[in-house]
Amino acid sequence: MPTLEIDGQRIEVPDGLTVIQAAERLGIEIPHYCWHPGLSIAGNCRMCLVEIEKNPKLQIACNTRVADGMVVHTTSEKTKAAQRAVLEFLLINHPIDCPVCDQAGECKLQEYYMDYDRQRSRFPLPAKVRKKKAIPIGPLVMLDQERCILCARCTRFLDEVTHTSELAIYERGDHCEIELAPGKVLDNPYSGNVVDICPVGALTSRDFRFRARVWYLERAESVCGACANGCNIEIYHREGRIFRFQPRQNVAVNQYWMCDAGRLSYRDLQGAGRLTHPLVRGEDEFVPSTWASAIGQVAGRLGDLAREHGPGAVGIVVSAHAPNEEVFLLRRLAAALGARVAAVSWSPPGAFHDDFLVKADKNPNTAGLRLQGLAPDGALDDLLGAASAGRLQALVLHRTDPTTWRDAAAVRPALERVPCLVVLDTDRREASEYADVVLPIATYAECDGTFTNHAGRVQRFHAAVQPPGEARPGWFVLGELVSRLTGGRPYESAEATFAALAEECAPFGGLGYGPLGSEGQSAARAGT
Amino acid sequence: MAERLLLRCRDIPDLRRLDVYLAHGGYEATRKALTTCSPEQLVDMVKASNLRGRGGAGFPTGLKWSFLPKQTAKPVYLAVNADESEPGTFKDRVIIEQDPHQLLEGIIISAYAIRCHTAYVYIRGEFALGAERLEAAIAEARGGGLLGRNILGTGFDLDVWVHRGAGAYICGEETGLIESLEGKRGYPRIKPPFPATHGLFGCPTIVNNVETLACVPHIVLRGADWFRSIGPEKSPGPKLFCVSGHVVRPGTYELPMGTPLREIIYTHAGGIPGDRKLKAVIPGGASMPVFTADEIDVPMDMDSVQKAGSFLGSAGIMVMDETVCMVWTCLVIERFFHHESCGQCTPCREGTGWLEKVLRRLEYGEGTATAADVALLLNIAANMTGTTICALADAAAMPARAFVTKFRAEFEQHAVLGRCPLRPVAEPPRRHAHA
Repeated sequence: MPTLEIDGQRIEVPDGLTVIQAAERLGIEIPHYCWHPGLSIAGNCRMCLVEIEKNPKLQIACNTRVADGMVVHTTSEKTKAAQRAVLEFLLINHPIDCPVCDQAGECKLQEYYMDYDRQRSRFPLPAKVRKKKAIPIGPLVMLDQERCILCARCTRFLDEVTHTSELAIYERGDHCEIELAPGKVLDNPYSGNVVDICPVGALTSRDFRFRARVWYLERAESVCGACANGCNIEIYHREGRIFRFQPRQNVAVNQYWMCDAGRLSYRDLQGAGRLTHPLVRGEDEFVPSTWASAIGQVAGRLGDLAREHGPGAVGIVVSAHAPNEEVFLLRRLAAALGARVAAVSWSPPGAFHDDFLVKADKNPNTAGLRLQGLAPDGALDDLLGAASAGRLQALVLHRTDPTTWRDAAAVRPALERVPCLVVLDTDRREASEYADVVLPIATYAECDGTFTNHAGRVQRFHAAVQPPGEARPGWFVLGELVSRLTGGRPYESAEATFAALAEECAPFGGLGYGPLGSEGQSAARAGT
Repeated sequence: MAERLLLRCRDIPDLRRLDVYLAHGGYEATRKALTTCSPEQLVDMVKASNLRGRGGAGFPTGLKWSFLPKQTAKPVYLAVNADESEPGTFKDRVIIEQDPHQLLEGIIISAYAIRCHTAYVYIRGEFALGAERLEAAIAEARGGGLLGRNILGTGFDLDVWVHRGAGAYICGEETGLIESLEGKRGYPRIKPPFPATHGLFGCPTIVNNVETLACVPHIVLRGADWFRSIGPEKSPGPKLFCVSGHVVRPGTYELPMGTPLREIIYTHAGGIPGDRKLKAVIPGGASMPVFTADEIDVPMDMDSVQKAGSFLGSAGIMVMDETVCMVWTCLVIERFFHHESCGQCTPCREGTGWLEKVLRRLEYGEGTATAADVALLLNIAANMTGTTICALADAAAMPARAFVTKFRAEFEQHAVLGRCPLRPVAEPPRRHAHA
């Protein structure tokens, strides 16, 4: 393992590492545009030129392998002069249209100009090379050729990651431009990633642009719920609204990327049909209720029916959209009521999937269900059959509406016939119309919790925004319900709920919110 | 040098034809190399000859060959750089068009030395005649058992393919050439790794210039000592000099390495026409620093020219008399580099265009240039130097620095006058839509 010195700090690093990576380990950021850890090394932007002793010329830190005894200076006068020179070159033909550029606030040209340059322009405005602006190149991406610094991150992503090569660099010299290849449209299932990796305002998101200045947005670490892969994401939000999802680095799960479907799935979390108040059926229509009253009624009804009719009188349907914590509490609820539990994990048949990130299983927590002993099987048929036949006294639907994905005509009689139907969900759907009580719960963007992805990796998500109206986190609602039925104290947080799960359920043993960190841990490995 | 070797075509009509070539001792060097030498012996012989690359960088050829991996399961390729694109250079063209078998002999012997069985000649796209003649020569050689399988019954196989470029200066840079050969955009590669280990199709590759390879058969026939005895020992051999500009007899001259520049201009090329005064000479192609009239007492070999502050480069000697404006000349050169920058590295992509724009306003700007522009040129050039993947940025920066430094007063006069004092003409229409 070579030992080198960077800015006076010594560090021993594995062989084969580059200077830029070694510096990163010391917390030293060497400015760069073209280098990206998920792509091949292009070495073209020249922003990472650094002084390395015994080298007559400055070297690019991205392509220089560490060597024993190497002495690197990232802040020497020679390095600083090169950084200023490269930034000046990058800016001479740049339109500097920051006031109308959506990248402003997260633009590496802006940031590095402030950090490393701060010179007045020596280039007259009329002399700038003009190129095309605001060209839609795909459903998600807008191209501005003038802002492009030709770092080739996008073309390398499309060549090396998606192997679709929709974009290429045309022309030469300062007339070079990114452009669609003839006959192509940037519409592969991962197209949005080019916006994330574009360090400047050349590629912007048609979905997000001009909807918010990024400096007004807050971020929360989360996990995409659109499929079983569990891509790590950041949720950008402001004043209770989600503006975008962006992938968050997790080399073991999604590297640096996410699919377009997942990226746009934030829309599903803030639809027009969100439930905002507990609803209890009055004479005819729903009447908004307080949580105390609604939970009291549900606990009372379910408890009574279970006592009167014995084990199996209550059925609980838990979907693979439920976080691990809610699954745990539903199992507690089932135990308290002697209820039958049916686990469901439904995905649209023929839904897109590939061998990269997108999984055929469109549920974020199928593996979590299985690890808690709830393999999706035919139990739902039994429950619905029993309900239709009048043999089921109460049915609890948690985060699922079978009418939306099964033959609705066959499901309806069960929902109509069952004497007590309780629906816990985020949105108003057909099943909730039959419910006696509807309990509005939070989406995963609105509460803390964990999903277990297809590979058994348990990953945390954090509440980004408040649930709408009176909606509450599922762990809170279920915890209250269990508490009413058992007399025990409800868990005070998602974390405490998870701790109880880890205590009780072997695959989760040894895990906790602390150890899970921001990249999660494998449930299979837990406890060993 | 009384005897012409590289330019034997000047003395023997139709030398490009195989029968004529064979009648004048053609392919004797090939026979000698393939039947009496091992590849190692040939590498040692070329090393001992001190042959240095004729493409511009002057790197020792034998040393380059020795960088190939000793053991490799991959094929070794020879890429012949016939992309002769340096402005002021027209030496390889003569060999290719008039004496292609000399080049083929060099290719066969060198390929044998580096254990290569496939060679590609990357020829400048504009050399249509050269490509045609080379193809014809290859067909003749193949028909005569001099190429293909079992050459001259020695068991050595070699195929030579001609690949025409599409008009990019940058494809003469060896890794840009390799990328282009692979069918890609001509982007020079970041180094390391170097072509000797990771070249064409990821395989060990040697890229050699046409004139360099043409020297090899003569070394085989006459020996390394003979070669080393011509000109200075550290950069010896016969050399082709391309003389253009204000001389009585412009053309390609074969002279011993180290022939004084003054002798080349005034004796061989016949001096400046019309008794006008010499003003400036570029010794090695457009990218090399210019000499003033006072600086031409320099032996034209790699080390001497470098000691004098420029480079022998491609030996493209461009002679300018007193009527030539240095700002205009510099503009023409920088316009070329701006047009030819591949656009990969920031300093080159942006700097070449910037240099051209500043020079354009000095020459034609009608008062928009300022005195600060002269210093700006030097500053841009300095910021382009040594900061890019390949040497094109340096190739653009070097002439700018040299012209401004050596003719500073003329540049400053342009700034003060707001126009060119020598060529008070309107800006001509731009040749390229993008210029």
